[in-house]
Amino acid sequence: MIGLSHYLLVSAALFGLGLFGLLTKRNLIAVLMSIELMLNSVNINLVAFSRYTAADASAGQVFSLFIIAVAAAEVAVGLALAYAIYRGRGTVSVDEIDWLKW
Amino acid sequence: MWAEFSLTHAWLIPLLPALAFVLISFFLLSSPWLASRLAIAAMGSSFILALGAAAAVLTQGITVEAPFVMKTVWFSMPGLSVDMGVLVDPIAATLLFVVTLITLLVLIYSTGYMAGDPGYCRFFAFISLFAASMLGLVIATNFLQMFVFWELVGLCSYLLIGFYFFKVSAREAGKKAFMTTRIGDFGLLLGILLLQITFRTLDFAELAVKVPAYVAENGAASLTFIAILIFIGPVAKSGQFPLHVWLPDAMEGPTPVSALIHAATMVVAGVYLIARSFAIFSVLPGALTVIAWLGVFTALFAAFIALTQREIKRILAFSTISQLGFMMLALGVGSLTSSMFHLMTHAFFKALLFLGAGSVLHALHDQADIFQMGGLRKSMPATCLMMGTAVLAIAGIPPFAGFFSKDEILVAAAHVSTPIYLLASLAAFMTAFYMARLFILTFLGKPNPHNHPHESGLAMLVPMGVLAVLSVVGGIIPFAMGFGEWVRFGPAHHAGIDWAVAGASTVISLLGFALAWYIYGGGHTRSNDLTIKTGALYTWSFNKCYVDEIYQWFNRTFVGGLARLSFWIDIHALGAVVDNAWRGTGAAGSEMRRLQTGQMQQYAAVMLSATVVLVILLAALTGSLVKGGQI
Repeated sequence: MIGLSHYLLVSAALFGLGLFGLLTKRNLIAVLMSIELMLNSVNINLVAFSRYTAADASAGQVFSLFIIAVAAAEVAVGLALAYAIYRGRGTVSVDEIDWLKW
Repeated sequence: MWAEFSLTHAWLIPLLPALAFVLISFFLLSSPWLASRLAIAAMGSSFILALGAAAAVLTQGITVEAPFVMKTVWFSMPGLSVDMGVLVDPIAATLLFVVTLITLLVLIYSTGYMAGDPGYCRFFAFISLFAASMLGLVIATNFLQMFVFWELVGLCSYLLIGFYFFKVSAREAGKKAFMTTRIGDFGLLLGILLLQITFRTLDFAELAVKVPAYVAENGAASLTFIAILIFIGPVAKSGQFPLHVWLPDAMEGPTPVSALIHAATMVVAGVYLIARSFAIFSVLPGALTVIAWLGVFTALFAAFIALTQREIKRILAFSTISQLGFMMLALGVGSLTSSMFHLMTHAFFKALLFLGAGSVLHALHDQADIFQMGGLRKSMPATCLMMGTAVLAIAGIPPFAGFFSKDEILVAAAHVSTPIYLLASLAAFMTAFYMARLFILTFLGKPNPHNHPHESGLAMLVPMGVLAVLSVVGGIIPFAMGFGEWVRFGPAHHAGIDWAVAGASTVISLLGFALAWYIYGGGHTRSNDLTIKTGALYTWSFNKCYVDEIYQWFNRTFVGGLARLSFWIDIHALGAVVDNAWRGTGAAGSEMRRLQTGQMQQYAAVMLSATVVLVILLAALTGSLVKGGQI
């Protein structure tokens, strides 16, 4: 029988993958994709908790819809930024995107 | 009718000159004729009112014990209630009369003396304010009200001494007068505060009742301390040693100001303050002894300096200090009558001397050295005659004014202490000598061919004439009318003349004249010889006993030293702390900013680590990762 903990395990694994990608990927696009993974793991968490702890209320599920919408907007802005940086600096490597410093 | 009106409207006496001051300084600064006439009209009205008040005092039986008081609450709060009002008794009436009269005469004189001066209107405005402050001080009912006017008088003296503010020496003299009197004001203010704390009142009448009772109960020690503090105010204001230094420098002001400050108003404020609060001082023999000895010392000290001074106004300044010493000494030996009497006669003849000196300076175009004068009796006969009268009056030759008042002081001193009497007599001898010296060198002898003197105009001679008449009769008339019956403290003094004392003082004065004639009568040879023979003593006197130099040394060494020490501390101790504080902050900042690398993956790693640390911390705090082992 599949229970809440299974969902949480999948979600945690997904989050871990996303985090690993965020910290290690050199490509800006890949970093954005990693962030998407982390957002989706959160969505799984929300839906699972909603289903298993408060089946009558649908607040958690509605929340995940919101997150999907916000994530779409975030990707749009993020990709636009990445594109603008690429046009300006000729690179999408996060190592080289470091001019916001002292 | 007129007397009654004047008495009940005595508040008008200071108010009218104050009004003149306001009108002149706001509307009439560019119309000299109107400004001077307005000031004179206001002062004249005040003089008439003062005369009326004096007449009312005489006719309505107002005595020192039962003064005329009119007051209203000025401000009040728990534990402190201060009135503002009018107090007229024979002492105040005498002062009102003297101050209004002298100021009026000085104003009239000034229309001639100051003619054509660019500050003409300003001068009349200041003099009006000065008179208003002094008159307000005279009719004050309590210490605080008096203190307010006391400070106003100080301010006006600063303005008037520094009247020629474009001259550095005048500016400096004004500042010096202000600072020196500030020292005294500080003591006075402390004394007033202590009185308020001790007695919960500052009213003269209430204090007069409470103080003797307090002394009978608690002894005089603490009150003597308070009285000495109060006395510091008059020491500065009335030019007593060692705070007399501002007074000779005050000669930088226009001569009519010198006459006003040194004769009628500012300097006698201190004497008047002691007289007004004599109920406090009279029960404190310790304080009285201090006043008497300081007075007699000042009288001697200033007379000694006056012996060798060469500038005509400077001699008169030291003479004023000396005469103020006499007044203080009279108060110190408990004779309020003689002090006030001398204050009055001194106001007459000293104002005359200053106005006469002004007339001489006017004629000689500010040639102030008396050794450069000589023979002025021919070119300035009227001035010479009136100055001669004043010299006889100040030396105490009967029947001139000074004789009666000085005699009373000497009699009072002789009753209390023989040493004080002898020293005062010595001071009187020196007074006669230096005044005769001044007169001989200025008016007698051969004229100096470099001078082209001319007699002064009527505007200057008429006020001098009035003062000359008063210098002659100003002593004998009050004496005959029983001045001591009215202006007194406690029971009235004897009204007769002690012929032994009077005779001795007259002989002493004549001896002073004779000595001066012997030395200065026949040219300058004898005086030059004497200067060489008395070497050190002469230098000592000529340099004013080096009191100014002592102050300057004190200033350089201690005030300057303290400043240099503070500067060193500021730079090396405080400065080090402050400098290192900003340097440290800067250094820390420039190291810390290296943490901001711009590498967003580093930031993310930091966030992750921080979250992990937080979670572990929370777990440690709550006991387990999952509460109750249940998911």
